[in-house]
Amino acid sequence: MDEHAERHDAEEAPSGADRLVAVVERDHARLLAVLAAETRDITAAEDALADAYERAVRGWPASGIPSNPQGWLLTVARNRLKDRYRSAAFRTSVPLNDETDAAPATAPVAATAIDDAPEPDEIPDKRLALLFVCAHPAIDPSVRTPLMLQTVLGLDARRIAVAFAVPEPTMTGRLVRAKRKIRAAGIPFAVPDRRAMPARLPPVLEAVYGAYAIEWRPIAGVIERGSLSAESLALADLLAELLPQEPEVLGLDALLHLSAARQGAALDALGQFVPLDEQDPERWDAALIARGEDLLLRASRFGVVGRFQLEAAIQSAHDARAHGIDVDPVALRRLHEVLVGMRPTLGARVALAATIADADGASAGLAALDAIGDVGMERFQPAWATRAHLLSALGRRDEADASYDRAISLTTDPVLRAHLERRRSRSES
Amino acid sequence: MRYALVLNNPELGDVDVSQEAVEAMQVAFGEYVKALDDAGVLITGEILQASDTATTVTLRGGSLEVQDGPFADTKDKLAGVFVLDVPDLDAALAWAEKCPGATYGVLEVRPVGIHTIGGTWVPDA
Repeated sequence: MDEHAERHDAEEAPSGADRLVAVVERDHARLLAVLAAETRDITAAEDALADAYERAVRGWPASGIPSNPQGWLLTVARNRLKDRYRSAAFRTSVPLNDETDAAPATAPVAATAIDDAPEPDEIPDKRLALLFVCAHPAIDPSVRTPLMLQTVLGLDARRIAVAFAVPEPTMTGRLVRAKRKIRAAGIPFAVPDRRAMPARLPPVLEAVYGAYAIEWRPIAGVIERGSLSAESLALADLLAELLPQEPEVLGLDALLHLSAARQGAALDALGQFVPLDEQDPERWDAALIARGEDLLLRASRFGVVGRFQLEAAIQSAHDARAHGIDVDPVALRRLHEVLVGMRPTLGARVALAATIADADGASAGLAALDAIGDVGMERFQPAWATRAHLLSALGRRDEADASYDRAISLTTDPVLRAHLERRRSRSES
Repeated sequence: MRYALVLNNPELGDVDVSQEAVEAMQVAFGEYVKALDDAGVLITGEILQASDTATTVTLRGGSLEVQDGPFADTKDKLAGVFVLDVPDLDAALAWAEKCPGATYGVLEVRPVGIHTIGGTWVPDA
């Protein structure tokens, strides 16, 4: 066995550890989903899989990389789960090292077990079911995104805690409770059927969007936009791969690509905020834009409009400048109108007022802003920033300054605050 | 207008928190007060030592009573005070919701009624 190993240690062959890392990166979610679906116990599945990885790290350099690493890992993890359920005491007391030479947990390391392991293509894909479990109505909405990040992308609790600006023990506790609930309540690892899909899909989309929408770390006092941008794209891509017939899934994936494309351009070389209409299209990511627009086109072919497709279309309209074309303000206003009709949130209504100003003039925009008449407006920073910009454009300087002051007082983000202060002083001169 | 952000939370001795998490929170608090200061709204920030270091003093009962321990023995303990000068309650709330302490404790936001400048009481507007 040791002689065997030397061959695998040769430079041209990947080391056991490298191969394992590659397999884990690509197939962790697949393996975890299969194991969790069999028991509904995500925690046990994670432990069993971690144990299988550990065995691989220790075993592969010596015994060689199995011909079917995914199947090997799955078999080892399944046996581990069987042991776990066979003996309750086993669960807590036996350290890993003691098992190395003991049956039955070592059995799958033998070559016969490797040969019996399922081929990668035969491993059922339960990742979509896992995504639906994470965003099940019985799971607290605030933990759905963290659950997806941990189970589907394999992010550790620490990283998730940082992104969500909560102490690590708090995040760990929430994740543990959610997994316990999944097992105890018997939430099925199943993809909803056609009838249930319209009700069950939106929370999944929201949870994926939630990974992107973490704007900045609230506790830190410093801005950290898009800290999980790559992760949200990975989740949206996966969802689009698994549910390519759902236009809103494609719409969400399009929206995240188009938004991520501009992330690098939101701050200039001095770290100052640059509003969308002043950004240099040269600094946008052309590949992400192309992919986003392709996804949006695919979504639109289904002829069923939805919130995420509309938001993607709004982003796409702004991207016209990347093709050297002026943004069409009337088209933008129309898109915002439809979006408000579908989801009349305060943010959407204020954004509509701003596009009305672009299309029909600042007075019309201001009238639209006044017409919102929501009690939340008083505390809503974007409403005051928009009002200030419009009053400034109309030359109503005193009122503009008062609105800028109000907007600034509601802004805790130092980058946005500095931006508004510059705008205010510009309106003075 | 001055507002006090009064932080109450379970104390470290009563809950299980890693040293790492404590240090991360200290960094967050450092960034928080810097943001407050940069925005020009910070009057003062005081984080208190644990409640078992407290001593209460009163003459309310007619004679001097000095006692070991905090005023009220509750699950959440008074942990600190930030005094901000901001235009209104909404601005104070905007800062309170960004306070690191809000992730594990509760912030009571109250307008200051009267405060001192150079040894004289000055009513708040």
